[in-house]
Amino acid sequence: MFDLTGKTALVTGATGGIGGAIAQALHAQGATVAISGTRREVLDGFAAKLGERVHVLPCNLSSKDDVEALVPAAEAAMGQVDILIANAGITRDNLFVQLRDEDWDDVIAVNLTATFRLARAATKLMMRKRFGRIIAITSIVGVTGNPGQANYTASKAGIIGLIKTLGAEYAKRGVTANCIAPGFIKTPMTDALNEKQRDTILAKVPAARLGTPEDIAAAAVYLASNEASYVTGQTIHVNGGMAMI
Amino acid sequence: MSEIGERVKKIVVEHLGVEPEKVVDSASFIDDLGADSLDTVELVMAFEEEFGCEIPDDAAETILTVGDATKFLEKNAKS
Ligand SMILES: NC(=O)c1ccc[n+]([C@@H]2O[C@H](COP(=O)([O-])OP(=O)(O)OC[C@H]3O[C@@H](n4cnc5c(N)ncnc54)[C@H](OP(=O)(O)O)[C@@H]3O)[C@@H](O)[C@H]2O)c1
Repeated sequence: MFDLTGKTALVTGATGGIGGAIAQALHAQGATVAISGTRREVLDGFAAKLGERVHVLPCNLSSKDDVEALVPAAEAAMGQVDILIANAGITRDNLFVQLRDEDWDDVIAVNLTATFRLARAATKLMMRKRFGRIIAITSIVGVTGNPGQANYTASKAGIIGLIKTLGAEYAKRGVTANCIAPGFIKTPMTDALNEKQRDTILAKVPAARLGTPEDIAAAAVYLASNEASYVTGQTIHVNGGMAMI
Repeated sequence: MSEIGERVKKIVVEHLGVEPEKVVDSASFIDDLGADSLDTVELVMAFEEEFGCEIPDDAAETILTVGDATKFLEKNAKS
C-alpha cells in the first residue's frame, strides 16, 4: 500500500520541518522529488542525503516570476508533476488592530497566492495525464481562528476554500485536492514560542505531546497514494485531538 | 477535409469520446458534442499542444464549433 514508485512530487518549503519530512517520506515510498525553498545550501545538503531521485529547485514564493517558473522547472526536471505539496508558509503575527498592511500582504502572497499559482500550473499538467494529487498544508487555526494571526488564519482558511473548489472541478479527471491541517508540530516555526506559550497550548492537546513532522508526512503519503483516489476536497486534521472538527 | 481539419477531428473524438461521424464542421462542442466548460478548456490546451501555437483567451472564446477550431488553426498552427 501507498507505493509511490514512478510518481513525481514537487514539495515547497522542503527546507523546513514539515516540508522536509514530507519530501523524505514521499521519497522513501519511491517517488522522485523536486525539493524547493529559498535556501539553496540547505536544499543541496538535503538532496545529498536523499541521494538519487531528487532535484533541487530554489524558488522565492513572494516573487511572481519565481512562482510561475517553478512548476515548469519541475516538469522539465522530472517529466511530469504528479504530486504537488504546497507546504511553504510564513507567519507575521500581530494584534488585529496593529496588523500592518505589509504583514497582511506578505503572508497572503506566500501562503495563499503562491499556492493558487502553483496549483493552477500543476493542475494543467495533471488534468492532461488524468492523474494528480494537490496537497496543501493549511493549519488548525485556519478553521478555529487564533488571536494575533488574522493574516495567517485568513490565508489558511483561503487555502481550504480554494482546495474544495479545485477538488470539485477536477475530480472527474483523476486529480484530487486536499488539505492537511497540522495542529501544534515541533518545527523551527514553533520553536520560536516561549515555554509559557508552549505549555498553554499543550494543555489543550489530548494526546499531551507536540506533533512531529513525521505525523504530518504520514498523512501526505496517504493523500498522495493511489489508495486515496476517492478522497478529495477534504481537510485532514492532524492535531492530537486539539480540535475535533 | 483539410489535413488540419483531420487532426482537429481526431483530438475532439479522443477528448470527448464521441462518434467520429458527429464531429462535423458545424458541430458545437457544448451543444452537439456534450462538452462542459472544462472540456472546452482541455480541448484548447490539446490544440495548443498538437499545433504548437498559443490560443489566447479571447480567441478561445470564439472557438465554439469544430469548424471554428479548424479555421483558427489553419491560420495559426505552427506544427
Ligand atoms: N509547525 C506547526 O506547528 C504548524 C502548524 C500548522 C501549520 N503549519 C504549516 O506547515 C507549513 C510548514 O511549516 P513548518 O512548521 O515546517 O515551518 P518552517 O520550518 O518555518 O518552514 C517554512 C518553510 O517555508 C519556506 N518559505 C518561507 N517563505 C518562503 C518564500 N518566500 N519562498 C519560498 N519558500 C519559503 C521556508 O523555506 P526557506 O527557509 O528555504 O526560505 C521553509 O522551508 C507552513 O505552511 C505552516 O504554516 C505548521
